[in-house]
Amino acid sequence: MTSDQLTNSPRDVIILKPSRGLAALNLRDLWTYRELVLFLSWRDVLVRYKQTVLGAAWAIIQPIVQMVVFTLIFSKAAGLSSEGVPYPIFNYTALLPWGLFSKAMNDAGRSLVNNRNMITKVYFPRLTIPVASVLAGMVDFGIAFLVYIGIILYYNLAPNSTYTYTVTPALLTLPLFIILALVATLGVSLWFSAANVIYRDVGHMLPFLTQIWFFLTPIVYSSSEVSGKWQIIYALNPLTGVVEGFRWSLLGIHSLPLPLLFVSAGVAVVILITGVIYFRNMERTFADEI
Amino acid sequence: MNDTVIRVQNLGKRFRIGASPERYKTLRDTLVSGIKTPFQKLQHSSSSNLSSSGSNIIWALRDISFDVPRGKVMGIVGRNGAGKSTLLKILSRVTEPTEGSAEIHGRVGSLLEVGTGFHPELTGRENIYLNGAILGMKRIEIERKFDEIVAFSEVEQFIDTPVKRYSSGMYLRLAFAVAAHLEPEILVVDEVLAVGDAEFQRKCMGKMSDVAQAGRTVLFVSHNMSAVLRLTEETIVLDKGRLVFRAPTSQAVDYYMAAGFTGAGERLWTSDEIPEEAAPFMPLALRVKDVRGLVVDTLRSTEPIHVELEYRLDQPITGLRVGIYLLTMRGEYVFTSFDLDDPTQFEKLGVRAEGHYISHCTIPANTLNEGRYVLAINASSFRVKRYFWDDRALAFTVDATGAPGKQWPEPRMGAVRPALEWVIERL
Repeated sequence: MTSDQLTNSPRDVIILKPSRGLAALNLRDLWTYRELVLFLSWRDVLVRYKQTVLGAAWAIIQPIVQMVVFTLIFSKAAGLSSEGVPYPIFNYTALLPWGLFSKAMNDAGRSLVNNRNMITKVYFPRLTIPVASVLAGMVDFGIAFLVYIGIILYYNLAPNSTYTYTVTPALLTLPLFIILALVATLGVSLWFSAANVIYRDVGHMLPFLTQIWFFLTPIVYSSSEVSGKWQIIYALNPLTGVVEGFRWSLLGIHSLPLPLLFVSAGVAVVILITGVIYFRNMERTFADEI
Repeated sequence: MNDTVIRVQNLGKRFRIGASPERYKTLRDTLVSGIKTPFQKLQHSSSSNLSSSGSNIIWALRDISFDVPRGKVMGIVGRNGAGKSTLLKILSRVTEPTEGSAEIHGRVGSLLEVGTGFHPELTGRENIYLNGAILGMKRIEIERKFDEIVAFSEVEQFIDTPVKRYSSGMYLRLAFAVAAHLEPEILVVDEVLAVGDAEFQRKCMGKMSDVAQAGRTVLFVSHNMSAVLRLTEETIVLDKGRLVFRAPTSQAVDYYMAAGFTGAGERLWTSDEIPEEAAPFMPLALRVKDVRGLVVDTLRSTEPIHVELEYRLDQPITGLRVGIYLLTMRGEYVFTSFDLDDPTQFEKLGVRAEGHYISHCTIPANTLNEGRYVLAINASSFRVKRYFWDDRALAFTVDATGAPGKQWPEPRMGAVRPALEWVIERL
């Protein structure tokens, strides 16, 4: 008989009642379901390139094509400066975190609505869905990073190239900036995904919001183009700090604008914390509203 | 081992239903209602307080209290909209109660649907892992049971084929196989057995009784009374969101079956019984009449039975068909029939104009066996909309006096009692 197995330990008791005020964050629940997060992001990655001829090659083609287009428009035509680094490298360094952010924001923003059939039928921590979307974006980030290494090698080995890549100690801080990128991405994703359940307007807003955000972030240009007094307001965009951090850490160009970085990082953390709280509060009505 | 694993106290769930519940809320709506609300408050305070309870608020559940001891297999029955699904959703943590509380001791596995989260592009193997994880299984657990799941589903050869290429039967079998191998302490099941072919249903029922016999607690919701009788020991009856009866299953099923029928051979609908979605279809009356045209509760199996449904259309409906289901008291279907089953009639009556109608038909003599039957009605446009249905609209009794074989005073098996032309030949 399995009765021993069935004996309860006190932690198995679940009390279901209307939650009041700010919902308990209950992040431990998310940890219990960590495997589900991995399964969901694995599904997203697996499904993304099914029934395509080029398959996973798309993850390489997309950033390269973007970079080529931006180089032609902003460097060749508009003549924007790239702080002494070949423009494609300058631009692509920023496209790394931006690609992660924009893709995850769009996928995660719609993720709850796309998974409504699961939400209305089974219990699991709803946070797993947007978190999995963001995590799935990390796979593309990894591929894009390999392409990045390829580009650097090309610029160093090509016979008529004048550029030499120099590794600085700043490279060691890269993981911190990746974490900062994830914090900003997750925070924004949580806000949009929860809001989209109740206001479907969010789904319509995301494409052009992404575009506006793109130009408010120093991707095709350098943040030094923004004049001094606007710098701090400019830094309210958490992606500004992320992109500047990536350029500083990977390319070692100019010194890191610390005030700007701290403002960006602070905003990113605030967005994440409020995002989690907002999400957990909306969560209780997801199954009824979706 | 007489401890309680589920304790529900004064549980209630309220839903807001707007004027158009189908529409999504948009930012504009919130802004507009934000502006309107102060004015509405003014209006309310000036007018009488009668409507202040809010006509667009419904309680799907109210004041539900019960407890379930460990190892009990408990049935939940009730008509459509009685709150069964809402109760299961609360207990399986999909949605939160509005008031009251429920205390649950142990891991809950809920089967409100099979195949939740299945992705058509993924293979059977991939979906087993994904679905298992969604249902709360650990990866090691799924790996350990993988072969068993595949064997149970009988889709071995197609396990690496995307499930979008599966037949619906294969899809269901695989989906149920994953769910069936979940090993929660408390299993919550909603009507999943109502799908699939007879063989599949038999298999599901077998698995369900295994679970029950393994000493786990099961909550089982179904319309199928014979399944409830077979699987459960005790049953609660819900009606309009309230718990109205709790007893050993056989008593509860009798109570449920006897409740709500007028017994006069006629069912009339009052306007508050008709949901808003039914419009423009308005059911008025359903009657069974004997061969002399009298509305009666008891009919003879040797005489034709006349069934008529009276209704009103407030607007023309395209492709409308009005029909009946005949069920036994245990909830098993005997037959289904629609007023446009005849293809030439169906061609002619593409649009049914507004007006007052009666659709009537005759069940031929020597069709039904003795016993009590239930008529359900359905008014729908195929694949467009189901305007109205009532799965227990009217019950009537069939008396088999004089029917074939009545010379032997024994009950006959089966819902039908045809007069077959037997020929005995001596060779």
